[in-house]
Amino acid sequence: MFKGDFIKNLPKIYGTYTGGFIVFIILMSIAEQAGVSAKNIGVMFVAFTVLIYALIGYLSRTIQVDAYYVAGRQVPTVFNGMATAADWMSGASFVALAGGVYFGGYTYMAFLVGWTGGYVLVATLMAPYLRKFGCYTVPDFIGTRYGGNLVRACAVFVLFIASFTYVTAQINATGTIASRALGIPFEAGVWVGLISILICSMLGGMRAVTWTQVAQYIVLIIAYLIPVFWISSNVGGGIFPHLMLGDEVARLGELEQQFGLVKNSAADMKAAGVPGGLKYISGSHSGVPEGGMAVWKYLSLAICMMVGTASLPHILMRYFTTPSVRAARKSVAWSLFFIFLLYSSAPMLATLSKLALMDPNLPTGIIGKSISEVQSIEWVQRWSEVKQVFIADFNGDGILQLNEWFMRGDVVVLATPEVAGLPFVISGLVFAGGMAAAMSTADGLVLAISNALSHDIYYKIIDPKADTAKRLLVARVLLVIIGAAGAYIASFRLTSILGSVAWAFDFAMSGLFFPLVLGVWWKRATRAGAIAGIIAGIGSGTLYLLWVFPKFSTAIWGTVNTPFLGIDHLRFGLIGAPICLVVMVVVSLMTKEPSPSVQKMVDDTRIPTGKPILGKQH
Amino acid sequence: MSNKDAYWNKTKNHMIITLVLWAFFSLVIFMFGSELNTMSFLGYPLAYYMTAQGSLLAFVIILFWTANKQEKIDEEHGFSEREDD
Repeated sequence: MFKGDFIKNLPKIYGTYTGGFIVFIILMSIAEQAGVSAKNIGVMFVAFTVLIYALIGYLSRTIQVDAYYVAGRQVPTVFNGMATAADWMSGASFVALAGGVYFGGYTYMAFLVGWTGGYVLVATLMAPYLRKFGCYTVPDFIGTRYGGNLVRACAVFVLFIASFTYVTAQINATGTIASRALGIPFEAGVWVGLISILICSMLGGMRAVTWTQVAQYIVLIIAYLIPVFWISSNVGGGIFPHLMLGDEVARLGELEQQFGLVKNSAADMKAAGVPGGLKYISGSHSGVPEGGMAVWKYLSLAICMMVGTASLPHILMRYFTTPSVRAARKSVAWSLFFIFLLYSSAPMLATLSKLALMDPNLPTGIIGKSISEVQSIEWVQRWSEVKQVFIADFNGDGILQLNEWFMRGDVVVLATPEVAGLPFVISGLVFAGGMAAAMSTADGLVLAISNALSHDIYYKIIDPKADTAKRLLVARVLLVIIGAAGAYIASFRLTSILGSVAWAFDFAMSGLFFPLVLGVWWKRATRAGAIAGIIAGIGSGTLYLLWVFPKFSTAIWGTVNTPFLGIDHLRFGLIGAPICLVVMVVVSLMTKEPSPSVQKMVDDTRIPTGKPILGKQH
Repeated sequence: MSNKDAYWNKTKNHMIITLVLWAFFSLVIFMFGSELNTMSFLGYPLAYYMTAQGSLLAFVIILFWTANKQEKIDEEHGFSEREDD
């Protein structure tokens, strides 16, 4: 199946797959009508989709180095776009993005701009040149361009920190979704998630991950869009919410006025016993906060996410798999198109969900109703039991105010179908989509880390004489170790010490952005410059993070520090990256310019035609 | 100036134009969020629309445009790859 004309048959194969998945959804809704329990439908959705991914992973097994590392460089443009979109959109994007917009409104949407705008940097500064270079991993480019084991090891180090920060959160999300859908404890869910992740990647490396990611994209986008369109028409938002919610957004503005945006004091919330992680609406949905600092906060967050996107190795390595340089460029555009489909829907879902709960004229509205009435609603009871929603009557008037309703962000995606009166089959579908999103990102990250360790550390530095069989064995063993380490940390719920996924972006931009960009765009950049830049960038960024993040600063210095220029722990890349740039430029200019052969290598990298710098198998 | 240098100059200029467009849609317009929000598009306040959908769409369009333009530059200088994708 995966030989010869497989690539030509891709549209047919995935078309059939999509049709099959839709038939499965229809069968499940018939089963629901026939009285199969909601829980069993959830189990079947997750089990069926994971089995398909595992089957694809098994069929894509390989014993070739270039198939394992770069999927044989034959992934067509559009399919690579889908795979990148799945690689990119994590469990957090799927379940938490709409919740973020729901609570944060305009301010939060700096993330949306940041997580999409970064692709313009990927396409113009990086992807086509890295593809021409012919590297297997991101450190492979840095190690070859600047020359030497030390700079290669530095790049691997940054990659490891950035990707590992990210991967534990993904395995955590996989575990959460698996445990909810299958009704098993969280710890067991984490290991089930890990096994599913490894089945998809172990036998076939990048090739297997590519073809499962395409399948996962199809599931996750169907699972996200069907509920959004359906909810919209159910709550009167119109059949095409993206173009038709203007009135609803305006109505939310009115309701915010009517109910008032009140900030609760920490003491009140503690006294009422609001469970951790639950939030309430205190900011405007569409209003822009006033003041220069608010503008800077928006812009600085967007900058960090954009530059971070362009430095994340698990994304960059997807563009090593296209057949040509021009395909790599086009593929970035397709990636963003597929990401856009979901990201532009998240604010619409947030708007609909917010309106459904806030508008007293809608049957689903709860704000402004009596608390005893709200507490008797079935979905409120069910989500209260698992501490996902909470009501605190601060003013004791028995009426639910906007600031008295607490909810976890995930609930927006997971419960809105139910609130809007959609059948349970949709909730099952949403579980499958969340699982697909978390698994596909975890797969890409685990592979990025283990490939860098096996190719750059083991093969390039420790044992350059290793034969193919041995290299692939090492790669697979490392894959299992990295995955298990991530799952181990996730299962102990230690992820909170790793903080936010935004950190991964800041780490990557601190240590990798300028070494990658200048490697292509500035011939004068030298090895010493790159080494000094990486160390200074990641070092200063990390130190600043320790200084600015209260949990760390109190543990180390016993103080809480005020962020410098509003650069808080989500934005520490704004310290690391500029320092990396300055140090890299200064040290490069102080050292001897790169040899003519290195300069020729850079010249060749800049031109799409001709042989890649590194051989097909290296 | 050799063909390679001419090609690289054009590519560089093209890169700068693309990044100017990128900066406009990702940064410049959000410097004026409050002002833009007094206008409306499709019934949405404009700054809200841009951050929720408009800028995202602009990035997609920029990416397809920039890839096509770069392919033309490749062709002009004879660095176009054969049709293998």
